[in-house]
Amino acid sequence: MSLVSEGADFRGPLTAGARFAEPSLASVGDYIALMKPRVMSLVVFTALVGLAVAPGSLHPLIGFTALLCIAVGAGAAGALNMWYDADIDAIMTRTQRRPVPMGRVQPGEALAFGLTLASFAVVVLGLLVNVLASALLAFTILFYVVIYTVWLKRSTPQNIVIGGAAGAFPPMIGWAAATGSLSLEPVLLFMIIFFWTPPHFWALALTRTEDYARAGIPMLPVVAGDATTRRHILLHTLILVPLGIAPWALGYAGALYGLTAVGSGAIMLALAWQVFRERRPTARASKQLFAFSILYLFLLFAVLLIERGWGGLMARLAV
Amino acid sequence: MGRADGPFGGVIVGVAMNEQPKDEGIVLTEAQKRARRSRSIAIALSLAALVILFYLVTLAKGPIILVRPL
Repeated sequence: MSLVSEGADFRGPLTAGARFAEPSLASVGDYIALMKPRVMSLVVFTALVGLAVAPGSLHPLIGFTALLCIAVGAGAAGALNMWYDADIDAIMTRTQRRPVPMGRVQPGEALAFGLTLASFAVVVLGLLVNVLASALLAFTILFYVVIYTVWLKRSTPQNIVIGGAAGAFPPMIGWAAATGSLSLEPVLLFMIIFFWTPPHFWALALTRTEDYARAGIPMLPVVAGDATTRRHILLHTLILVPLGIAPWALGYAGALYGLTAVGSGAIMLALAWQVFRERRPTARASKQLFAFSILYLFLLFAVLLIERGWGGLMARLAV
Repeated sequence: MGRADGPFGGVIVGVAMNEQPKDEGIVLTEAQKRARRSRSIAIALSLAALVILFYLVTLAKGPIILVRPL
């Protein structure tokens, strides 16, 4: 028996193409796919904003190192998520072409890859940047893998409400990397992403209820139905929009940010209202809300970066 | 398996004491070899990048790199 087959003892309901007893055919691209590069790019962007808007000076190389470690940490969490979720990924249309359910990467390889990357990211961030940022990164990876993936995702319809915290930590890690401390401002950025996550994912879940039901994931539309989900989307958006405006109201951001937050917040609310009013079978409003929610978060953070961070970032590069 | 001429012109066929049946182990296909090579190169490049990063950060931070307050 080969070492590969001994290490790959996974017997989940994978596709017929999975061949665990053979040496790996995984390419470098498969390992990059394990790191969920699209999620990673959002994590890096929000962490960059946290890092750039933070007060004080930071050597650009240390800033780059911090972002690299946060990116690798996010990739590690993605790989560990794909390792654990391979059985349900194989069932869902959206995820069944991922490397593990396709059999291109064996579960044991994904686990080893994720653990190695996570260890490297946390240790390097601690050694080269600071211990607080490193501890926050370790907590974020642990939260995403253990609290969200292993525990909440398969057990409660509130999975993405609580689990969404994992995606909200990167601006705090960026801020901690720059300052070695935390304050209200990064917590506000955390809260924006935290309350943005449920409407964003529930809007997607409304259009893929059958997929989630088939995989046995208790997403809110599966467990509580469409009407409850639409109400929850509206309620969370009602909390999200004032939170989006708060950095301007509290004096952390300028007029451009205030205008953007009010304007895009109004569109978010209008779309959430349309989702609340809409009934099947169209699901058009849900798709519109899902698409706009991505733009909404990007706009808020991009304007904050331009207003607050750009000058600071340039000053740091000039060090 | 060994083969030798006997003292009277006969042929002796048998297994030598120090010979073992050859174990081929896992034989990789060309595709598997290519995949392994690309993974090995990626690992080597990552490690080299990490070495360079540590070197540059040490230069950038100077002696303060040894001071690490919480």
